[in-house]
Amino acid sequence: MNMLHPQEMEAIAARHKNLLDKSNSKRRRLVLIWSGTCLYFAFCWWMFSIGDVLRNANWSIAGTYLADWVSYEVRPELEIAPDGTMKIDYGRFSPLGNNPAPDWVELKHETVERQVGAATQATAQSKPSSSISFMAAPATQNSVGAATPTTAAQPSETRPEDVITTASVSLGGGTSIAVADRRVTVVHAGEVLAITVDGKTQTRPEGTLPSWATQKRLGEKITLSFGTRGWAEVEGDEVSIRRRFFGWANFIFDTNSPFFGKSASEVFALVTSGDRIDPSRSNLSLAWNNILYNAEWQHLDVWTKLLQTIVMAFVGTLFASLLAFPLCFLAARNITRHRVLNQVTKRFFDFLRSVDMLIWALFFTRAFGPGPLAGISAIFFTDTGTFGKLYSEALENIDEKQREGVKSVGASPLAVQRFGVLPQVLPVFASQSLYFWESNTRSATIIGAVGAGGIGLKLWEAMRTNSDWENVAYMVLLILLVVFIFDGISNALRSRLMGAR
Amino acid sequence: MASLIGNNTLGEGGKLVERHWQELNSRRRLYTALSLALLFLALTSSLWFANETNAGKFFDRLPYFFDFIEDLLPRDGMEVVRALFDLPSPYDDGSFKYNYPEGRLYLTDSFYIPEYVHKMLETVNIAILSTLIGLAFGFLLSFLAAKNVMPNRWVRWPARRFMEVLRAFPEVVIAGFFLAILSLGAVPAIIAVSVHTIGALGKMFFEVVENADMKPEEGLRAAGANWVERVWFGFVPQVMPNFMSYFLLRLEINVRASTIIGAVGGGGIGELLRLSIGQGHEAKTLAIILLLFTTIFAVDQFSAWLRRRLVGEQAFNAVV
Repeated sequence: MNMLHPQEMEAIAARHKNLLDKSNSKRRRLVLIWSGTCLYFAFCWWMFSIGDVLRNANWSIAGTYLADWVSYEVRPELEIAPDGTMKIDYGRFSPLGNNPAPDWVELKHETVERQVGAATQATAQSKPSSSISFMAAPATQNSVGAATPTTAAQPSETRPEDVITTASVSLGGGTSIAVADRRVTVVHAGEVLAITVDGKTQTRPEGTLPSWATQKRLGEKITLSFGTRGWAEVEGDEVSIRRRFFGWANFIFDTNSPFFGKSASEVFALVTSGDRIDPSRSNLSLAWNNILYNAEWQHLDVWTKLLQTIVMAFVGTLFASLLAFPLCFLAARNITRHRVLNQVTKRFFDFLRSVDMLIWALFFTRAFGPGPLAGISAIFFTDTGTFGKLYSEALENIDEKQREGVKSVGASPLAVQRFGVLPQVLPVFASQSLYFWESNTRSATIIGAVGAGGIGLKLWEAMRTNSDWENVAYMVLLILLVVFIFDGISNALRSRLMGAR
Repeated sequence: MASLIGNNTLGEGGKLVERHWQELNSRRRLYTALSLALLFLALTSSLWFANETNAGKFFDRLPYFFDFIEDLLPRDGMEVVRALFDLPSPYDDGSFKYNYPEGRLYLTDSFYIPEYVHKMLETVNIAILSTLIGLAFGFLLSFLAAKNVMPNRWVRWPARRFMEVLRAFPEVVIAGFFLAILSLGAVPAIIAVSVHTIGALGKMFFEVVENADMKPEEGLRAAGANWVERVWFGFVPQVMPNFMSYFLLRLEINVRASTIIGAVGGGGIGELLRLSIGQGHEAKTLAIILLLFTTIFAVDQFSAWLRRRLVGEQAFNAVV
């Protein structure tokens, strides 16, 4: 640049004035386009009130939902009675099965004698814990065994009850919650928080709350968030703990399966050489059955629905190309020299295309009921229009020389099409059909959500509940896999068809 | 016949060639027959499977195939016009079926936009906005993914994979996820359609960039231009017409996509259409379909016209 003499540069500039000086209208056009785009963005911001929507969004729950994609929670809940004794409950559909005893929850059990009948009152009254006699477990068993028959007739009988006196839940990484005698001690990030609860409604933290604990009003529940490890809530009569584990819970066997909780080698040993669990069938078929009908993941259903989506795209695209193939010869103005027929066929294609796939899907769902037939019909109708348009455009762009050559040797009209036209357009047709086959696999997912069958509806149902995000992740993963495989196949076939272009 | 002539007139070498050709030909026929048989098998089993897993069986339900026409016959022809322009209906009995004037959106005291036109505009605006967002990000990503612009494979590879995932990720999941976080409305639809558009446009853009003429870039490189300058002055002017052509093509697709996303909760005309068909409001359904049809047709024609102006006939060969 600095090699050039200023005079030379000016000379160049003078020679190529039209290149260096933008005309006024060009400059104005650029400014217009930019300001127009900015104005349009501002208009959309106002029209869709994007600012308000983003401000009112529930961003905190977004993190939880996203975490649910790849992790699950185990939810031990400690109910604290006014006397300081506790009960633990993991919820009905715990991923740990019906009687969970995870090693990260340490409990100290005691058996106490409680007055049944008055038991509800006993928990309601705030009795000091000393009024209940703690005994060693075996001794109680004996004494009660003798005592129960004698007191059976009385309204307030005494019965042994298994209660927890101290509980210690570890959430890993130095985070733990210990509860003993109506005192909750939480350790997280090197800080210790002690909370006194009264077994009814009141909670009282000792000292100031650390940054990871929040309480709206004094005495109300305290929420503790431990980041990726989970969170907990301390209420007057309950400590609810949510420990988060990475991974998908019970992906292979659900908690009702006899294979639940067994390691891979144990399952392998059972399947290959173990005694029959169910006498009517082999262990292998039982295991396979348990996998297919896994209550939480519903593998068989998901796979069936995925196959439906694939079938919808495949059959719909194939039928559409088969119907569009003869019609496009009518629409191409260089093949059929009849303007009215050309126009009628072309407008018919436009009609099929412009009535959206959604509309076809909604109508055919009414005709066939929910299922892949509706999806096939919707794709078939829309893509007949699309293919007809694309094919006839390809036909109109062919090289006329081949056709003339075939015609000049006296071939029949059909032979002219077969040998003069088809070899030119068939690769293009096939390539376009393959491209749409792959892209329809994706559209079939969406129209499935309006009832046209396939995995779309299942995805939509899983998302509606807002609690099955791990199932959504599973289905998304399967869809991505299928789309990538088909993308690869379609690309490979197309590049072979079109040659090295 | 060809072989008969060949056998009589050809020498030894010619016969060998002839035999080779016949072998190749028969092998090709065999492959064609095999793949056709495979396709047929796949088709019949697919059809059987689709029929088996459908709620109603094909041949049982075939007589009902044109039932949807019943959903489209209003009480009289004017009802469609009334539904479309929110005019009061003589059949109004207080039900949702004939409450056309209730959807009016008054701009001034007397001038109003009919409900369906308003919702249609919303859907079209969702499409335009998301295509613009897709254009902006796809533009940036395409230069990072093109081999001739970005020689560094550690940038190129993640950019390409990122776009592939954006493209293949089901739109309905993105929409559903943001519907759960944001409230019902257009914003989740905008996000869902934009995400897909970024991936789709980015892929088409980087293929255009890879086919670009490298001479302007070489000239700029010789003059000592940096990367941004080379891209801006060397590539952008030659790829811009093609970019705009793909942008318009995507706009056509996105008008349809935003309608569908609307039907699953993303607002706009799609939602109204689904409700109207579900509740059996013939006049409303027909009005929406007419509006949708006209809009999509108009957008397609406009975009085709503009693309023809931008890149000539080439625009229509490059759909794949």
